[in-house]
Formats: sequence, structure tokens, C-alpha cells
Amino acid sequence: MKVVLQNLTKIFPSRNKKSNEEVVAVNDFTFTIPDGKLIGLLGPSGCGKSTTLYMISGLQKPSGGQIFFGDEDVTELSAENRGVGLVFQNYALYPHMTVKQNILFPLQNLRGEDKLSKEEMLERAYTAAKLVQIDELMDRKPSELSGGQQQRVAIARALVKMPKVLLLDEPLSNLDARLRLQTREEIRRIQKETGITTIFVTHDQEEAMSISDMIVVMKLGVVQQIGKPQDVYDDPTNLFVAKFLGTPPINVFEGKVAGGKLYLDGVEVLDVPGVADQDVTVGIRPEGFTLDENGPMVCGLNSVEVMGRDVSVVSTHPASVNSVIRSIIDADNKVAAAETVSYSLKPHKVFLFSKQDESRIYFDI
Amino acid sequence: MVESKHSWKAWLYLAPAIVLLLVFTVWPIINTVRLAFLEDYNSSMAIGGATYEFGIRNFAKVLQYKDFINCLTNTILLCVLTVPLSTILALLIAVCLKQIKPLQRALQTIFFLPYVTNSIAIGMVFAAMFNMVGSAFGGENELIITAGIINNVIEFFGGQPINWINSGSAYWANIVVMVVYIVWNALPFKILILLGGLQSINTQYYDAAKVDGTRRARVFTRITVPLLSPMLAYVVITGFIGGFKEYSSIVGIFGEKMGPAGDPGRLNTMVGFIYDALAGDHTGRASAAALILFGIILVVTLINLQVSKKNTHY
Repeated sequence: MKVVLQNLTKIFPSRNKKSNEEVVAVNDFTFTIPDGKLIGLLGPSGCGKSTTLYMISGLQKPSGGQIFFGDEDVTELSAENRGVGLVFQNYALYPHMTVKQNILFPLQNLRGEDKLSKEEMLERAYTAAKLVQIDELMDRKPSELSGGQQQRVAIARALVKMPKVLLLDEPLSNLDARLRLQTREEIRRIQKETGITTIFVTHDQEEAMSISDMIVVMKLGVVQQIGKPQDVYDDPTNLFVAKFLGTPPINVFEGKVAGGKLYLDGVEVLDVPGVADQDVTVGIRPEGFTLDENGPMVCGLNSVEVMGRDVSVVSTHPASVNSVIRSIIDADNKVAAAETVSYSLKPHKVFLFSKQDESRIYFDI
Repeated sequence: MVESKHSWKAWLYLAPAIVLLLVFTVWPIINTVRLAFLEDYNSSMAIGGATYEFGIRNFAKVLQYKDFINCLTNTILLCVLTVPLSTILALLIAVCLKQIKPLQRALQTIFFLPYVTNSIAIGMVFAAMFNMVGSAFGGENELIITAGIINNVIEFFGGQPINWINSGSAYWANIVVMVVYIVWNALPFKILILLGGLQSINTQYYDAAKVDGTRRARVFTRITVPLLSPMLAYVVITGFIGGFKEYSSIVGIFGEKMGPAGDPGRLNTMVGFIYDALAGDHTGRASAAALILFGIILVVTLINLQVSKKNTHY
């Protein structure tokens, strides 16, 4: 089922009656989510990603715009009639019911022609449980399960009624680091197996990038960029997106363009043909540095962290906005213990942004 | 843990409370047990130096009293009628109150008002509401003047006025009045507890139920009630304990005679029986009755706990 969001807007009234300051949680969001894809809504807290999810679920009413499931306009439809499965951040498993009762619960709500016999319900519950590999735990109470297992039960409960759309609110945030890695693979597998259009919300860019078919980066209710994770990473449209994606984060510098050349701290570091003369903000990905004795970027060397496959070099540069810059280079390169380290830059890992509105300034490579 | 050389200080600080508890709570309890087993104990005779044998005749006497059986029946009847009724009503009111957004605070306060009002005063108001002033009931060519608002309402809708609490009233009418009054009086505390419980239930359970298309009745029975069960158990158990000690509500409506004019003692309760025995200077008998009441409350509470253990989800 494809999901279409058309100029979706959510405005929360002001809490303070006197000031009348409204909060625009989601601002004019238009996007078509293709059928059967896994979409990650990504952004810092307060960016409107959860609000968007709850509007798709029907638990919150949009202030403006429309939502379509396929060709059907569901904007006015209440949550129970939309046929969505929702997994809450803290799972919201009913504590007094066993795992089996929890999974059966949505099926027992079905009425009329959708009503199932007891055997059919049990069969579907066990199918869903097998899919998320918790069929051994059916008679336990949620309190007797680990966080990861509870998460699976929540997913099974959302899947059992065969929803048109599966919505996950911060599905991994309550899990420890190892489980998180495992569970996100699991979510990817389940989504692939069922083919259900899935939308999930996260503030963790790594999580979003690793499993999504597409990511939507949001900031203060406004969509910043939509695309395949790698494309967004390689080609950010503005400074916010560039900073938000990537670990370690992108290195930001104050620079100047003159005569088609980029200057950092008065030193020419890169050819940037086609850019008008101006002051710019420069973003350089950690992997955009190459060790080069004669390279134009001379940085004060702080420390070298060997991480097996790669080496992370922590250094300083006068034009850097942050106190240190991090570069990642192949472990085959030996970094000599010295006062300074010199780099040349990979042009496709260097992004220029306007000083005025932080939008991307493209140059020819 | 307090070091032992300082522990005398701890005892010193606790002393006022301990002394008061020993004198006014612990000793009376022990003394009650003692007096209950002293045959025909009578406090004024005891001051005169009389001695009493140890025995269980007080208990035998209490159980043989026709009045005691009447008191026991009244107490149990009121308990069995009012506790479930008030609990169900309180639950419904609490659920409705929770859903009302505007004026919620004001309504909460209004519903809590009976709790902070003197129960004798409330009883007198109820007595006035159910009252019937004027002639004897049903006499030939006699005008019946109805003064109580309840009978006025009944007449307004074309019904016959009912003698609720006055001389010649029926036992069931008395019980109806008592049930209405006791339930009304018991509601505020129960609503308060249940509303608090409702407000502590995570709203995500309701969101989850909504997404799953759960009907309201099912949300109530399968989610609200189970998640509220600890509070419900608390309210029922304390309700039964309070119910077995029912006394002042009867006084509030019928006065110290514990019954309508012409039939005193008809609505007497266990606690009323104990007071009567004390007033008649039968301290031993009163003590025995108190112990019997204690035993009944203990058994009922244990049964309650056992039942709630099976149906409560903490």
C-alpha cells in the first residue's frame, strides 16, 4: 500500500493563552511513500517526526493537508478504521495479559465479516509470533520478557491483523547497543518478508541509514531532504543534513571562495569551479582527507586512534568551527608522530554551504 | 542502623507516641480480650471489688440474643448491598470524570464534598428528604401531607408517597433509605482513589487499543478494569471493613433509637449492639461482641484478599 502525504501540516495551539504562539510541529509535508518500502523519518527531538507518524496512524488529526492510503483518502478516518499497525516507543504491551493474549487482542476486536473463528485467530497469532521468533514465549507475561522480546511481541501484535501500513515509533531506543544492532536487522527482515509498507521514526541517523530504503530528514517540522540513505549522505542539500548524518560527524570550517578556489585560513585548499566569490561554510566528511606530505591542509596533530580497519586522526585547524577535526584514513597509512599532519582533500567529500541560509552551493568536480 | 549507644535517644523520641499507643490502643485491645472472657463482667461492680470467673458465657449470651441476630443481619445486609453498589457507581463516575476535560477540577471538588461533610449532618438532611410529615399513614379520609423532597418528586410523577422512615414504615423502605445514604456517603473516597488510579494508567494503552479498533466496552472491561484492579481491591476491602462498622449513618437518619418511631432498634448494627451493651453496663458482653465483630471482619478480609489475589494484576 503506497502512502501519500499531501501538504500535511500540524499546528499545536499555544499552551500559554496570552501569547498565542502556535507551534508548527509539521509544516507542509508532501511525500509519496512507495508500496512495500521501509522509510525512516529522521531528525532531532522536536522535529515533528513522531507527530507525522501519529497523523498517519490516525491518533492525531492533521491541521491541514491530506493522507492517502493507495487512492483512498483516509484523512478523516479514525485510527481504528485505517488498518495500521503501530508499535509504540515503550511497546504499550498490556501488562495483565500473556504474550498470546496480547497478540490475539487486535484479532478479537474484528467484527462483522472480518470476524475470525478461534482456530483462525490462534493460527494467525502463532504465524505472527513465529515471524518474530517468540512462539516459545506465548504464555509469559510482558514483565517476564527482556526488552528485545517485548519489542518483538509489540511488532507481532501490530502485524497480526495484517495492517496496510506498519508504523514504528523509535523502535530501538529502549534496547541496549547490541540488541539494537540485532533488532534492526530483524525489523528489516520482517519488513522484507511481509512486504508491508513500513514507516519508522528515529533520531539515530545510523539506525535510519542502515535499514531504510529511503530516509526523510526533518528539522523543526520542515522536511529537509528525502532520498536513499547513501544519496542523502553523499549529497546533502544543506548544512543541517550534512551535520546530522554521519559518524563521526562532518567537519565544519569557515572558508572563502575567490576566483574559483576555496581558501581555508587564507590557504588555497581546493578548486571549486563555478562558485561566485563569497564567504562560505565548508563541510568535509571525515573520509574526505587523504594523507599527503605536500597537501594544502596543514593541521596540528592531537592524537591518533587506531580502530583496526581504520585510523581516526584527531587534529586542529584554525578555520575549524569545532575545537577538533576528525579524519578517518585507511590503517595502511602510517601517521608519523609529529607536530603537524598534512592532507589533501577529496573534492566529492567537500560540501560548500551558503553563509546566509546554509543551503548547498554546488561546484563542478 | 542506629548505633547501640545512641539507641536510647531513638527510644526517647519515640516515647510519646509509644506511651500513648500503649495506653489508648494496645491496653484497651488486651483488656477487651480479658473482659470478654470474664463471666458477666460489670465495670461498676468491679470497682466495688467483685471478682469474676474465667469463662465463655459472655459469648454464649451474645449469640443467644435475638437482638444480636437482628444487628448481625442488618450489618451484613447493608454491607452486601452498599459495597458492590458504591464501588460500581464510583468506577463509572471516575471513568466519566476522567473523560470530561472542561471543569474537571471543579467536578472533582464537588464529588469530594460529601467526604469532608459531617456524616450526622448529612444524615439529618437525608432524613428530611425522605421525611413524611403530617397524619398517620393510610387512615380513612385523612390528608397525607408530604414534606420530604423524595415523596414530592414521587407525587409529581403521579406515584403514591411512600413512608420511608417514619412511624409505621416498612423494613425494606428503611433499608432503601440506608443504602442510598451509605452509598452516597461512600462514593467520594472511592471516586478519589479510582480516579487517581485511572490517571496513572499510561495513555498509550488506550492509543494502542484505539489503533487496534477496540470497542469502548471492551476497552473498559479488558484494559481499564484489569489495570485498575489493585485500586478496586483496595476500595472493596476497605469498603467491607467500614461497612461492618456501620453505625453513625443509622444514627444520622433514625437517631439514637436506631429505628423508626415505634420500632426502636430495628436497624441496629453490630457496633450499635456493642454501644447498647456498654450503656447497660454489660462490659463483658460488649467486649465479647467486639471480638465477634473483629473475627467476622478478619474472615471477610481474608476472603477478600484471597479473591483479589487471583484477579488483581499488579
